[in-house]
Amino acid sequence: MTCARLTPQNLPRLSFHEILMIRFDQVGKRYPGSNEALRDISFEIEQGELVFVTGHSGAGKSTLLKLIAAIERPTSGTVLIGNQNVSKLRPAAVPYLRRKFGMVFQDHKLLYDRNAFDNVALPLYINGISGNEAGKRIRAALDKVGLLGKEKAMPISLSGGEQQRLAIARAVVSRPSILIADEPTGNLDANYAAEIIRLFYAFHQVGVTVIIATHDAGDISAQEGRKLKLAQGELQMQSELQT
Amino acid sequence: MRDWLSQQRQALQLVLARMWKARLATLMMCGVMGVTLCLPGILYVIVDNLNRLAGDVQNEPKISLFLKLDTTPETLKELEKRLSANPAVKSYRFVSKDSAWQELRQNAGLGDVTGGLEQNPLPDAYFVQSKEAEPAAVDGLLRQMQQWPGVEHALVDANWVKRLYALLALGNKAILVLSGLLGFALLAIIGNTIRLQILTQREEIEVSKLIGATDRFIRRPFLYAGALYGLGGGLTAWLMLASVIWLFNLSVAELAELYASSFRLGMPDMPAALAIIGGAVGLGWLGAYWAVNRSLSQLEIT
Repeated sequence: MTCARLTPQNLPRLSFHEILMIRFDQVGKRYPGSNEALRDISFEIEQGELVFVTGHSGAGKSTLLKLIAAIERPTSGTVLIGNQNVSKLRPAAVPYLRRKFGMVFQDHKLLYDRNAFDNVALPLYINGISGNEAGKRIRAALDKVGLLGKEKAMPISLSGGEQQRLAIARAVVSRPSILIADEPTGNLDANYAAEIIRLFYAFHQVGVTVIIATHDAGDISAQEGRKLKLAQGELQMQSELQT
Repeated sequence: MRDWLSQQRQALQLVLARMWKARLATLMMCGVMGVTLCLPGILYVIVDNLNRLAGDVQNEPKISLFLKLDTTPETLKELEKRLSANPAVKSYRFVSKDSAWQELRQNAGLGDVTGGLEQNPLPDAYFVQSKEAEPAAVDGLLRQMQQWPGVEHALVDANWVKRLYALLALGNKAILVLSGLLGFALLAIIGNTIRLQILTQREEIEVSKLIGATDRFIRRPFLYAGALYGLGGGLTAWLMLASVIWLFNLSVAELAELYASSFRLGMPDMPAALAIIGGAVGLGWLGAYWAVNRSLSQLEIT
């Protein structure tokens, strides 16, 4: 974007994220050769909400996130992102839907053959952004997660918490409307975990929809934000929609 | 459009950086492709130069027109006119029966034979040089002249030219077959190399797909890699070909001097060089495209 002046036309685009509502309607997911991972799941997530998906391992949290991010498709029911029906999406349209999400994967999925800067650059390159604009955004994202001084560091030389924050920087660099994190505090000690959660709150406060899966229910019960509790593939409990 | 251009540039930069990192492997790859492309190239140079040599030697195929014994001066004039008007005729020479008779009698050893003859048995004759050396063109001219009034017999000694041209046609066919086979080999080599690269970058491809990369985005650097290997291979092939020709020319010059000729092996002309390089680039691109598509479907990343 080269226009520096704010006009009524580009103001809304700059200040607010795209309005994307997520809606699950009686969604089921069965992987070939196994039991149903998810059964009859129905819920809605409004734009800008902060939602925790909780439950034991194997309860279907990861599958749920993958369904939201269009990484998996439901075997029954409908998943609506905005007004796009994920199961009816043409394969060629899937990448463009995925770009609306920032994903923080359970295993980071950082690329260990390049430095922090280049790791964060990947989503921008995919979106066709490069050069100065990319550099600015990458440094801004690294700054936001507190890794600005380490842009040249290789991921392997970073601590677990720093790697996790690098993964978050990569997820937010393309300014997605929805941020999805699978067990972002999984193997971090309490201090690091709190720091990470604070980061997600910060994104929630600027209007990003944040969806976090965690098995650590005790830790977040006191936190604000809606909780979706999964057990054996079913939605066991859903706290009230907060406004 | 600007986005598109910057994406192309990005992919190219990425590939060049990767190739620079693996300099030795890249050089080896270009070497392999160069040698493979060089083989049909050398055959092409041989056939091409034989062609030139054949053109030099048989530049002026001679047709002999033996006229009827009772040819009148009017017919001669008519023939003269036709010969000078025919665009396929380069030059012609008239030999009257008397001058031919003289020549024959002066030849040592033949005096006895001619002495026994009471009168001149020789006809008037024209010796015609055709412009074209192609057997087919010469044949056409010959048949045309055969029909002219006053011509008893038209002759051309073109059998060995025909044989040479048949051989050259065979050579051309051999180039085609060899190019086809080696082209297939190149396709396989490039395909395999790209496939290995894809395997080493599997993680990157996986992550890219998960965060919204299109197949086209993933394919792009590999296509560039294939095309660049092709370019490198084509240039290497041309360099090798040039050195081979230079090396051969040292001996060819010596040999040609013994035959009092200034013949040298010619370098492949611009279109041929471009065809080698362009073909290599195309093969590289195609091999890469094929490999990426196969690998993408095998990786089974949704």
